Amino acid sequence: MNKKHWKTISIATLAFSAMLITSACNKKEGSDQESNKMEQKEATPAPAATPIDPSTVGTVSGQAKMEGIAPKQAKIDMSQDPACKGMNEAESIVADNGNLANVFVYIKDGLGNRTFDVPKDPVVLDQSGCKYHPHVLGVMAGQTVQIKNDDQTTHNIHPTPKDNREWNESQPPAAAPIEKSFAREEIMLPVKCNQHPWMKMYINVVKTPFYAITDKSGKYEIKGLPPGDYTIAFVQEKLGEQDQKITIAPKDSKTVDQTFKAAE
Amino acid sequence: MGRAGGLGRTCSAFRKLLDQGDFLKAIATTYNRGLHRLATFLACWIFLLIIAGALVTSNDAGLSVPDWPTSFGSWYKIPKLVGGVRFEHTHRMIAQVAGILTIILAVWIWRVEKRRWMRFLALGAVGTVIAQGILGGITVLFYLPPAVSSAHAALAQTFFCISVAMALFTGRRWIEEQPRVEFDQRRPSLFTLTLLSIFLLYVQLILGAMFRHHGLSWWPHVLHAVLVSFVLAWTAIRALSVYSNIEEVRRPAIVMLSLLIAQLCLGFTAFLTRVAWGRDAIQPELPMVVSTVVHVAVGALLLATTVLLALQVWRHVPVAFEERIPQAQGDASAA
Repeated sequence: MNKKHWKTISIATLAFSAMLITSACNKKEGSDQESNKMEQKEATPAPAATPIDPSTVGTVSGQAKMEGIAPKQAKIDMSQDPACKGMNEAESIVADNGNLANVFVYIKDGLGNRTFDVPKDPVVLDQSGCKYHPHVLGVMAGQTVQIKNDDQTTHNIHPTPKDNREWNESQPPAAAPIEKSFAREEIMLPVKCNQHPWMKMYINVVKTPFYAITDKSGKYEIKGLPPGDYTIAFVQEKLGEQDQKITIAPKDSKTVDQTFKAAE
Repeated sequence: MGRAGGLGRTCSAFRKLLDQGDFLKAIATTYNRGLHRLATFLACWIFLLIIAGALVTSNDAGLSVPDWPTSFGSWYKIPKLVGGVRFEHTHRMIAQVAGILTIILAVWIWRVEKRRWMRFLALGAVGTVIAQGILGGITVLFYLPPAVSSAHAALAQTFFCISVAMALFTGRRWIEEQPRVEFDQRRPSLFTLTLLSIFLLYVQLILGAMFRHHGLSWWPHVLHAVLVSFVLAWTAIRALSVYSNIEEVRRPAIVMLSLLIAQLCLGFTAFLTRVAWGRDAIQPELPMVVSTVVHVAVGALLLATTVLLALQVWRHVPVAFEERIPQAQGDASAA
């Protein structure tokens, strides 16, 4: 191979690496621009809530199940911090006899341009035993999330959203609760603690009050749904999203179950 | 007369010059043991800093101290070193000492060094350590953007190479010894090969850093490793087969080849622990942390060794060019 060839190879490799780095930078810049646009949107005052006739509303309830063998919950070693005592278990897939907990269920589509009042009460996220409680949380856009630290160690709360503003704050033991809100809808927004890398949870930010999280028996219930045709989504952090079409008649009470297949 | 004849004349002319001791002799400067020891200590300290930085990334602790330049709002207080803070704050403390050592070394060099380029190299080292600190701060304040974190990782190893070079240039051998020189007539020259090796290692470093900081997939780094291995092996084999009689070239070539083999094994281990087995790990596990940190550390040693080899090749195996012959000497040789 002559000198010219080596020059060409070197230039091509340099261009390749430059391209990779530039694309990485552009990606971040792009998302920042998008974020800024959304921040502007956020500034406009929310329209008044669309009234719903309480005499016609229906309920949708059911159970999330898992088909196949659920993976064994991984053990967590918390010895990095003496204040986090004992062993811990990962909560990425919690399935008891096939009943799947921590599935976020919400009305994804069908509510049109309806608007809803944001609840004044905050939803609480607690850090206790170097774990997040709950592991999956639902909140309306603009609603306050109150974050508490019940541990004798400092945590830091670091949401890594795609569509909301990222932040990272530390919270020492016995510190006042941190109050935050998320402006835009975002499903399975990861939250982690960089001091205790096993601490992970998900916040689901939605525009409507029609959401629920499955309990240990895999059950959920969404009340007060006006009659209509909807898409109901079941989202699990590892198993992904599954949707179903449903129709709610006036005063209807519908059962909608969803089965997830265990990853092979 | 053909090209070969011209080249032969060139070499004999240079040999005559060397015999007279006029060529490639370092600018008159004196060996300063203290200065050399500090430069060597700084290089070791930077290596430690690279390991500390790798521990931060491997333990996913980059944002465990959320503020910068303060740590939890304080300039001097040492926080409780538990969890991720243990790695991040230790890294910051080692970095602060590195900054102070670099400034002390630069001031010392500026005061005692007669070689002007050496003074500017020391000044460059101070600039690099400041830039590195700022990059580290930016990456914390902007929540670890892959491009900035990768630049921080790449600049760390650049700084390590600078510190290793300073240790070399302040060494007794470099200053006092008359270098043994053999002219390189092969193409590509060994010096070109060493430069190409440095360039490819640098690209490899960026690709690896981008993967570690979630800016790229693993395959560009793995694919590029094939090219890096080929060129480094070629460079080492050329150095060992042709210039093994020059100790200053032979030694770094052997070390480079050994580190390359070790690095490939470590890369494979890191791939298994991090990508193949540890993809769904709930927390950084010990095998992942150890394999990736050692991979980063050996990578830094490999780059620095290649830089050392390039410097020694530049000194001991210069490329023969006819244009370099002073006219009078050239004529004398021809006659």
